[in-house]
Amino acid sequence: MASNNGDVKLIGAWASPYVMRPRIALNVKSVEYEFLQEQFGSKSELLLKSNPVHKKIPVLLHNGKPICESSIIVEYIDEVWSSGPSILPSDPYDRAVARFWAAYLDEKWFPNVRAAPMAATEEAKNAAVEQLKEGLALLEGAYGEISKGEDFFGGEKIGFLDIAFGSMLGWLRAVQVILGGVKLLDEEKTPDLCKWAGKFSADPAVKDVLPETEKLLEFSKILMAKMKPASSS
Amino acid sequence: MADQGEVKLLKTWSSLFGLRVVWALKLKGIPYESVDEDLTNKSDLLLQYNPVHTKVPVLIHNGKPICESLVILEYIDETWSQNPPSLLPQDPIQRASARFWAKFMDEKALPSMWQAFTKKGREQEEGLASIAEKLKLLEAELEGKKFFGGEEIGIPDFALGWLVNLVPVFEEILGLKIVDEERHPSLSEWSRRISDIRVIEESWPPRDKLVTKWAAIRDHFLATARASSG
Repeated sequence: MASNNGDVKLIGAWASPYVMRPRIALNVKSVEYEFLQEQFGSKSELLLKSNPVHKKIPVLLHNGKPICESSIIVEYIDEVWSSGPSILPSDPYDRAVARFWAAYLDEKWFPNVRAAPMAATEEAKNAAVEQLKEGLALLEGAYGEISKGEDFFGGEKIGFLDIAFGSMLGWLRAVQVILGGVKLLDEEKTPDLCKWAGKFSADPAVKDVLPETEKLLEFSKILMAKMKPASSS
Repeated sequence: MADQGEVKLLKTWSSLFGLRVVWALKLKGIPYESVDEDLTNKSDLLLQYNPVHTKVPVLIHNGKPICESLVILEYIDETWSQNPPSLLPQDPIQRASARFWAKFMDEKALPSMWQAFTKKGREQEEGLASIAEKLKLLEAELEGKKFFGGEEIGIPDFALGWLVNLVPVFEEILGLKIVDEERHPSLSEWSRRISDIRVIEESWPPRDKLVTKWAAIRDHFLATARASSG
């Protein structure tokens, strides 16, 4: 069975939300793959050769051919393993809506998840937090429209937008802690998303690849130490 | 022919993102109604149909809005899949590559160009070095191919369309060469090929209006930079 899928390798790292996306997609399709983890702080020869333009993870290697950019990899997985459960919706309009929100998350929303804990001033931090909350309010509304009463953005089972958004849950939870318990996902303001987050995290395709908040918190200390120069204050 | 439904496109007279959608609709022979927005005075239609970004282009198909130009292009390709040309290759590896390069045009090439155009001094030099580097990558990718997707025009070509009509405008305003035959023989040939396509050639906004518009944009950014640096 594995040989019918060809040789499947994924270059990535356990903490990266972008890497999580193809991992979830491969799990949805029950495709076995070799996970080649990069060492934090250095880039392997294979990565540099497979993604010379961006030198970034994730990179899927299918029979030696590289596919880069997490959302593009997920679409590729959906197209190649078309006999497995569908990841993109089948209707072109629903596909456009899913792609729209995935692009919004990557371009507008997720940068603030990273920016908030690193903000140099209280003002900048509050601005990033406000942006995050506004974004979540939009997504709460979008979830209501798109899920049509089902558990997920993708309907009965997880789909493209669930994967695009859900891959960020680990870091979202970690950042809430780092910011001193700020409620971003809020039972009062975003009740549907809170329920969705619980169901998504428990999904069989997700639960083994979504990092635990504690592990991300430990890792974030290493990350932040690396990014901020040592100061005497 | 299948019922098209009602197709409306919100754009502006000069939006490079709107032009991509015009080309897709025209090449596929899809009749549509065009609405040019004044972005200093956004219409109720725009605010209603793109509340998240309030940006053009927006495609409205049977009253349902689709936003973000690359998302719109894939929607058009999937909805009017019976109308040639296909905007993406059939093979999944080639499709992934086409999507990769379209994303590169928007996330790397265009911002570099923007920096080179709206800044001066060292920041501009960095922008110029950055766009030169991006063009080198694009030149290498295009080599030996008619279009970025291969034999047929497609989404990555649309995403780079601004190289053909806007870069000469930027070059005129800046007094600099950004694309040239010597360093970019494949891109130069590709530009001519793109311009030879009738629906694309007919769609270019008037060059003199573009020069006026973009010169004013550059002046605005330089003035803002001076003001904020005190």
